Amino acid sequence: MTPQDVEAVYEALARKIDAIAPDQTEPFLAKLALLLAYDCADVARVQRRIDEAALNLDHP
Amino acid sequence: MRPAGRSETDSLYFTYPHFEPPQERAHLGDRAPVAIVGAGPIGMTAALTLARHGVASVVFESKATFNDGSRAICIARPSFHILERIGAVGPFLDKALGWTTGRSFYRGTQILEFEMPDSADEKYRPMYNLQQQFIEQFLWQAIAAEPLIELRWHSTVTGIEDIAGGIMLEVQDPCGAYTMPAEYVLAADGARSPLRKMRGHRLHGENYEGKYVIADVQMPHDYPTIRRALFDPECRRGGTVLVHKQPDDIWRIDYQLADDESEAEATTEENVRASVAAVLADLDYHGPWELEWWSIYSANTLALDDYRDGRLFFIGDSAHIVPIFGVRGLNNGLADAENIGWKLGHVLTGRAAPSLLDSYSPERRGATLDVFANASKSARFMTPPTRGWRLMRDAALNLALSHSFAGALANPRQMTPYTYADSPIVAADDQTFGQGSPVAGAALPNARLGEGFLSDQLGQGYTLITFDAALRVDLPDLVTLHLALDTPAARMLCAGPKTAYLVRPDGHIAARWHDAAPDQVLAAYHNSQGRPA
Repeated sequence: MTPQDVEAVYEALARKIDAIAPDQTEPFLAKLALLLAYDCADVARVQRRIDEAALNLDHP
Repeated sequence: MRPAGRSETDSLYFTYPHFEPPQERAHLGDRAPVAIVGAGPIGMTAALTLARHGVASVVFESKATFNDGSRAICIARPSFHILERIGAVGPFLDKALGWTTGRSFYRGTQILEFEMPDSADEKYRPMYNLQQQFIEQFLWQAIAAEPLIELRWHSTVTGIEDIAGGIMLEVQDPCGAYTMPAEYVLAADGARSPLRKMRGHRLHGENYEGKYVIADVQMPHDYPTIRRALFDPECRRGGTVLVHKQPDDIWRIDYQLADDESEAEATTEENVRASVAAVLADLDYHGPWELEWWSIYSANTLALDDYRDGRLFFIGDSAHIVPIFGVRGLNNGLADAENIGWKLGHVLTGRAAPSLLDSYSPERRGATLDVFANASKSARFMTPPTRGWRLMRDAALNLALSHSFAGALANPRQMTPYTYADSPIVAADDQTFGQGSPVAGAALPNARLGEGFLSDQLGQGYTLITFDAALRVDLPDLVTLHLALDTPAARMLCAGPKTAYLVRPDGHIAARWHDAAPDQVLAAYHNSQGRPA
């Protein structure tokens, strides 16, 4: 992916999250994660990305 | 529970018999080889298995008739083989509804249709639906025809004490109290097992939060025997509903209670009627229906740490409680009953060493833990326990509306017999076999054989299946089955010209050899009887 591609995805996500109902953000992102994981078809890579996505999140 | 004005056994379709307490009383205190406490499906199956292996038993049942409701309705294929082995399968085949298909719906739209494995190599269908009272009635008919079994109704076991070489039971019935010694006792007295409490044992495991009401209605509903699961339906937003067809136009409707619904309120007749009516509307059924019976349950995974306490063995729900989505409560209990039944049968007739009984708890508790692993997955999907599980479950269901791969997550895990790979009485597997063939400890799969099936040719005791016409092993209780290499069974078993499988009385593989020698077969046979070399 080029930096331009990443930017396009980043913008599409922002627009879609704004377009859907605010309380549907979580299910939307969860569905997207399942879809992209299915396309990726590499369980080990997906599991690594799941752990990486949890890095540096704010704790309650 | 039943509608107002009807007693616990006042059914729309089943006539409950009323059994008397024992009238002939002189022999009641006579020593029995085996006493079985509880005449539900598990206790009766244990008695019939013992009789098949030549051992007499006395069965105590505190009630005066069969179970008050339909309760466990799904009988899996391995259980039909058990019923066949105990000589009781006939009426089950006539009455039960076989099925292979399940459908799952999310908000009214079908997201999954699954087929359970079935083929021309199978004698029985993957699953059958039949109300528990019929299960008990058919087993009772087999018991009534079996002189080795005495079933005493109205008879409550009130005390249990170890004595030299056995166990003394105190028994109470309407005509009096007495004591009866037995060499071994099987506790088939259900989830609330009084014997378990008397012995001070406790079940350990997890309680899930989700509670389900199960309700039976009678209605002329035109839909095939296909299990339906409704996720987040109109009639019960956020909940799950299961619908099963049973014989006699009886339909089982299971629906999940919301977290804020109280058990007491949900089980009032008025509320059950309203909930059922809403489900039927969702199913697009608008005809007449009658409420037959209802009950409530929760999805727990609980088991004893050890199913054996000296000469007392726990079988069925007294030993383990599983969530019902996997339909493993009854089916696992039947496998418990057959497992302890053939082992006690062989020990009490002098064919096997008493140490054979040590294998009961590891084999059957292993099966329960395997069920827990699968049932926990099903329970987490049906009843998500936390925010994370709920979010992902809902996301998967929602995604399934447009992408079928996500619908597969709603596929319930099928009941497969447990493989006793780590059992002390199962030989280490021969690693030279090809992939896909059944390993030592596995249940022997079925195959077409002549006009019938491989399972039809198995002996009452052990069976040696061999493809080597020269392989002869002379043992009492061992049937040798010589098969040709160009048969479906040979392909299923990945057989070569010298291959042999030793099959136990419960249809599990005790040992197998790609190139068998008689002394190996002998050693495996003795090991499988608790007599290791």
